[in-house]
Amino acid sequence: MILKLALRNLWGAGVRTWLNAIVLSLSFFTIIWSQGVYHGMQVDATRNMIAMELGGGQYRHPDWDPYDPLTLPEAHGAIPAPLQKLIVADKAVALLLAQGTIYPDGRPQAVLLKGIAPEQQILELPPIAPAAQPGQIPVMIGREMSESLELGVGELLTLRWRDHTGAFDAREFLITTVFSSSVPTIDRGHIWLRLADLQVMLSAPGIATLVVVSPEMTGTQLETDWVFRSQDYLLADLRAMVRSKSAGAAIMYALLLFLALIAVFDTQVLSLFRRRREMGTLMALGLTRGALIRLFTLEGALHGVLAGLLALVYGWPIVYWTAVTGFALPQASQDFQFAIGDRLYPVYTLELVLVTTLLVLVTVTIVSYLPTRRISHLNPVDALRGRRS
Amino acid sequence: MTAEPVIVINGVSRLYPVSSGSFAALSDIELTIAAGEFSGLVGPSGSGKTTLLNLIGSLDAPTSGEIIVLGQKVQELDARGAARLRRDQLGFIFQTYNLLPVYTVFENVEFPLLLLQMERQKRRDAVMDILERVGLADRAGSRPAQLSGGECQRVAIARAMVKHPSLVLADEPTANLDADNSHRILQTMLTLNRDLGTTFLFATHDDKVIQYLRRVIVLFDGRIAQDEVRDETAVSAGTPGGYF
Repeated sequence: MILKLALRNLWGAGVRTWLNAIVLSLSFFTIIWSQGVYHGMQVDATRNMIAMELGGGQYRHPDWDPYDPLTLPEAHGAIPAPLQKLIVADKAVALLLAQGTIYPDGRPQAVLLKGIAPEQQILELPPIAPAAQPGQIPVMIGREMSESLELGVGELLTLRWRDHTGAFDAREFLITTVFSSSVPTIDRGHIWLRLADLQVMLSAPGIATLVVVSPEMTGTQLETDWVFRSQDYLLADLRAMVRSKSAGAAIMYALLLFLALIAVFDTQVLSLFRRRREMGTLMALGLTRGALIRLFTLEGALHGVLAGLLALVYGWPIVYWTAVTGFALPQASQDFQFAIGDRLYPVYTLELVLVTTLLVLVTVTIVSYLPTRRISHLNPVDALRGRRS
Repeated sequence: MTAEPVIVINGVSRLYPVSSGSFAALSDIELTIAAGEFSGLVGPSGSGKTTLLNLIGSLDAPTSGEIIVLGQKVQELDARGAARLRRDQLGFIFQTYNLLPVYTVFENVEFPLLLLQMERQKRRDAVMDILERVGLADRAGSRPAQLSGGECQRVAIARAMVKHPSLVLADEPTANLDADNSHRILQTMLTLNRDLGTTFLFATHDDKVIQYLRRVIVLFDGRIAQDEVRDETAVSAGTPGGYF
């Protein structure tokens, strides 16, 4: 009965109801949409990083600290037998890392040299095309690196490095492949070589810095002295970054929700003031104070339900369309440091929709309830006269 | 044969606190209203008519004394019990109609039956029946804003009567109506009183109402100054009586 009365009152309030519902539905939609975008970023970046860089986890040389470049010269060694077996079985790929220096426009620039078997299938990297001329060593760079260096396929790159004994060496390399990647950590400052070439350059055949296992090996850990880093461990930084960006965005939609809640609160306060005589009448007709509180609270809370339905009507097509077609990201999005592609596909989960719906409904109900507590002190005689008790 | 008393009031006083102490809106009221009466509390503004009506309607509580309405001691009822008494047994008619503005005529009249949780079809039949009686069946879908003052008050009467209450309390029901509408409203209430046996108690200082009353209880300064049962001749002649 209370629900029926609340619906009647809500419907009867006309424009006021719709204005509140529209404002609230905008917050509703914005929260779901923006969270969907961030979730989409995470899903996309995770997928790309697994496919192009992390695989199902990594076995690292015990001396290698990825946060300390000074460890690199010592951080390689013979690949342990269990890992060697995986490589032979096409379930892992070895990478050799070394430091180098290039000289774009005559200025030295540190780069990371990465040696990888060209025929590998573990990471979604293109094979390094062979050089046309014998004696030339082919290298591969990412599109972003290519654009920053203003060098493309067929052009030469002067590179200096130190071999296994610490002796400097330098020569020109031929860029044979430029690949597109949405993972900045395999593009910026990276030069990819064939593993065998880099091993020769370092005068240390058969060595590697890390071994990346295939995604199907996730969760399997082998007995070896190389340090295993799981997929979850390797993705932790990305997830933390998404969480921090998502939290930043949450401030915006919390603000929007707050404004919408103020509108609902304001309506409730105004209702209690303007509808005092109506409350007295309802009490004279036999409604208890408790029922009156429930009625007014429900009226306010129904704004949330109406907002949800409104958001569904205009938001669902937008949500569906963006989820299917995605949307192009501006160039500036590269600064996000996320491994996201040129198009972003938001991902909306049931959990996201349910949690957001619950959040909006609970907050609207609380905001609706707070002013109605005054009804518990309402004197029906004063209310009938339109006076405050 | 004497009819059962609907209202019994014994030594009721109602005091309001004021800066200089307290103000007695009602003092030592003794009154009994029998079932089926068409009576009124009459007196000038400030005489205590509405205060007494509110006490009888369990909207307010007396400072002292005892009020028994339909066998229930009003001063002993808690808020829930008082609400139940109003919901089940009492009908209210207000000077300013107090219709719910966002509801249609039908919904306004239906409201007390919703509180009684009557089933849908019975509700509909009861509402249309009472609207027929007050001559507003064709305005069932209208909203209060679309009605004249007289029509609004007839809706209020229908709302008060739809659940067939034992007692209807009407506070200045004609104060905002012209003479024609007032007479039409009073005729309607008189007919309902006669047909359904409902007890009506008015609070009024309007001569147009007084001339219809069969019993006139004159209040002055919070005390009963006169209690007169009028004969049918006086009522039929429509004499106001010049009580105050």
